[in-house]
Amino acid sequence: MEFFRIKKDIPFMSWGKITTTISLVTFLISVFFLVTRGLNFSVDFTGGTVMEVATTHVADVNRYRGALEGLGFRDANVENFGTSSEVLIRLPLKKGLTSAKLSDQVLEALKVVDPQVSIRRVEFVGPQVGDELVKDGASALLFVILGIVIYLSLRFKWRPAVATIVANLHDVVIILGFFSFFQWEFSLPVLAAVLAILGYSVNESVVVFDRVRENFRKMRGVSVATVIDNAITRTMSRTIITHGCTQLMVTSMLFFGGEALHYFALALTIGIIFGIYSSVLVASPIAMWLGMNRDDFVQTTKKAEREATET
Amino acid sequence: MNKFPLWKNTLIVAVLLLGFFYTLPNFYGQSPAVQISAQGVGVKVDSVLMAKVESDLQANHLTPIRVSLEGDGLKVRFADADTQLKARDILDHTLNPDEHNANYVVALNLVANAPKWMRDLGALPMYLGLDLSGGVHFLLQVDMKVAVDKKLDGMLSEIRTELRDQRIYYDTIKREGQRLVLVFHDQSSRQQAHKVIDNLLQDFIVNDQGSAGDNEIVAVIKQESLSKIQEQAIKQNILALKNRVNELGAKEPIIQQQGLDRIIVELPGVQDTAKAKEIIGRTASLEIRLVDEDHANPTSLQEIPPYGDELVVERNGYPVFVKKTVVLTGDVITDAGAGFDSQTNRPSVNISMDGKGARIIRQVSRDNLKKRMAILLIEKNKTEAISVATIQDELGARFQITGLSSPKEANDLALLLRSGALAAPMDFIEERTVGPSLGAENIARGFHSTWIGFTAITLFMVAYYLLFGFVSIVALACNVLLLVAILSLLQATLTLPGMAGIALTVGMAIDANVLINERIREELRNGNSPGAAIAAGYERAFATILDSNVTTGIAGIALFAFGSGPVKGFAVVLVLGIMTSMFSSVLVSRGLVNLIYGSRRKIANLSIGNVKWHDQNDKNKNSKG
Repeated sequence: MEFFRIKKDIPFMSWGKITTTISLVTFLISVFFLVTRGLNFSVDFTGGTVMEVATTHVADVNRYRGALEGLGFRDANVENFGTSSEVLIRLPLKKGLTSAKLSDQVLEALKVVDPQVSIRRVEFVGPQVGDELVKDGASALLFVILGIVIYLSLRFKWRPAVATIVANLHDVVIILGFFSFFQWEFSLPVLAAVLAILGYSVNESVVVFDRVRENFRKMRGVSVATVIDNAITRTMSRTIITHGCTQLMVTSMLFFGGEALHYFALALTIGIIFGIYSSVLVASPIAMWLGMNRDDFVQTTKKAEREATET
Repeated sequence: MNKFPLWKNTLIVAVLLLGFFYTLPNFYGQSPAVQISAQGVGVKVDSVLMAKVESDLQANHLTPIRVSLEGDGLKVRFADADTQLKARDILDHTLNPDEHNANYVVALNLVANAPKWMRDLGALPMYLGLDLSGGVHFLLQVDMKVAVDKKLDGMLSEIRTELRDQRIYYDTIKREGQRLVLVFHDQSSRQQAHKVIDNLLQDFIVNDQGSAGDNEIVAVIKQESLSKIQEQAIKQNILALKNRVNELGAKEPIIQQQGLDRIIVELPGVQDTAKAKEIIGRTASLEIRLVDEDHANPTSLQEIPPYGDELVVERNGYPVFVKKTVVLTGDVITDAGAGFDSQTNRPSVNISMDGKGARIIRQVSRDNLKKRMAILLIEKNKTEAISVATIQDELGARFQITGLSSPKEANDLALLLRSGALAAPMDFIEERTVGPSLGAENIARGFHSTWIGFTAITLFMVAYYLLFGFVSIVALACNVLLLVAILSLLQATLTLPGMAGIALTVGMAIDANVLINERIREELRNGNSPGAAIAAGYERAFATILDSNVTTGIAGIALFAFGSGPVKGFAVVLVLGIMTSMFSSVLVSRGLVNLIYGSRRKIANLSIGNVKWHDQNDKNKNSKG
């Protein structure tokens, strides 16, 4: 079995304008939603209390809400979670109330309206911790971007390096855009997924540009676009199969991993789909427009040249 | 060409066997158990106790899976948590007939089922994070300002006592923020005072100055002493927390310092989370002060206390005036236990103090015979007198508090004294509680989704690359095996994101084998012989595989450096997974391919799918994929 029995190179570069335009529009829409709606940050970042409680029958969310209002939590968010007998309660930070007391108070109040209720999970994050997690998250993102920029600049000359970074960062913005548009909860695991997928999909561009380097050596007297088209066509099989396999796993997590892994897997899915798209169909046209040519690759040290011909 | 030297094959087999061995304990799983350890003096956990436990359980129709003496305790394993809970209550009752003087700690636990010889070789199951095992996690912030203020107030008391003893007169002695200000009548008493206090104030920078002429001494604490106070404060709080957690009988609690002023408390497997919170959350500190006997007892809570006094409430609700001067703080109490007064046979609490505490209490009690002494429990912004007792005698390193109404009250007071000695109050700044049922569900879901994903990848790879696909899958399975083995060996904490990391690693690791297989196909297409194609495929793909893992590795390291808790678990798995996948996808799969094709003289074709579609007229037999 083989999916890609392509004899002629696919003229990807001639579609460059369309593919990058699609990309640009998606990017702008994402930025728009990020600016206007922002992200629905989880309790990890905002601070506050999340309680997951379960009961033995169908939970009456309204009575729970009433019990919480009795405690003075008018701004409590109470909703069904997973099944009809499980309820998720979100409480904002309240000054002078420690979590230990708070969750006990809430449980007590709920037990009054529903004696069968039991706690499945409590998460309380104080304001100082939330601020730190935001800072650490931003540091991690910065570290990954810097690490990748350094790695790429060692690996390639500036044009392919810049193109790769632009393409992959725009993936990150698009993932965030999705989370903003649907107001999906943005938690620490989601951030972890975004960073992991960033590291993972940068590699696609590396593979393509490696092939471009090889082609510049082998294919003489053809246009840059032809060289890139050939490189993408030849690496496409591997790209699709690898990402397809990863996506098989991620899909399995999405459907069978439960609520806790849902958004994690969702972020990975968006990341993988846009990762393939952008690292191939966005990075290459950008590199070409930046004026990438034979000099970006061939004029290297002897060692690198020898390595490149071997790969 | 496609043969590994013997050492390489041996290495692969050896690594896989080791991996299998260290993965094995995870399959034995863990059982809910009751762990019994000795608490009282001269109490032994031995075969006699074992026999008693077995008969006690039998008498109550409870059947354990296994009862065994392990290390310093007796472990009784049960089939389910329900039996475990019942057994705990029964054993706690039969082994500790006198509940106020318990000989044994009977605790709930989850213990590994792997055979002993395996555990002796360090083969243990993975350490499950709280989101998988259930339990509580707290992050506590120590209020350092209070710790320093308390230390400074203690210093003030010492200076006062010393000056009084030396009959040096002073106007006021007070603390202004973190400075001590001593105001004297005249220059001569200030000079006299210097001789006395310079000795006491070695941790301070002492200066003569101030607005009230020349008669002031201002002492500012040195920076290094300040850090020392803070360090000691957090150490003492950690100690107090350890004592409290021991009261809980929790298994393998984690109590450690984080940063300069924070403490992490993790109690895995704790099922009674409410009680855990109550005991950990008791953010109290203790002070011993004298009751003001010069003024009549206040009649109402609103009464304004005389100068230098403070109004506090006793446990029974009556108000009392205590002096603001602190005689001792709770940190001098080394032990406290409930007992009975030998003369009256009434409940009492026996207190032991360290040398400094004994010296001070001896002097204070001698000077204040027949007066009352209060032990104050100070919780955040709330002070309560947990004991107000008349000093009957000169007290020493060991003394008794009597006149308690019941053994229960004595017990409560002893517990408060023992575990209440925090150097400074603490705030909860993070709490994560996961119920045991959710933990078990998370494991099941994580396992389930990995397994389904793995099966899907297997089906695809075998259909697409035939035998080579199968080889890739075997390599992938070895990757999971090695990853789990390393996680078990390192006793790294497995969290739900960690499980997701394993799944993701599997999904990503297949990339290496796809690269290799694609390369072999390409080599075949270019007209290379099958043998040469295998060799070239593996060798040429290696550089790309290495390359492709670098960027994911960067992300993993960043997450490890900046992540916390569960996310760190994900990062660990991601980075370790990259390493194991390099080994298994390159070495293990090559070893297998060598085993299949290496010994053949002439290989007609490779079972890797159809590669000859470029040439439609090709008459070679090819496996149609």
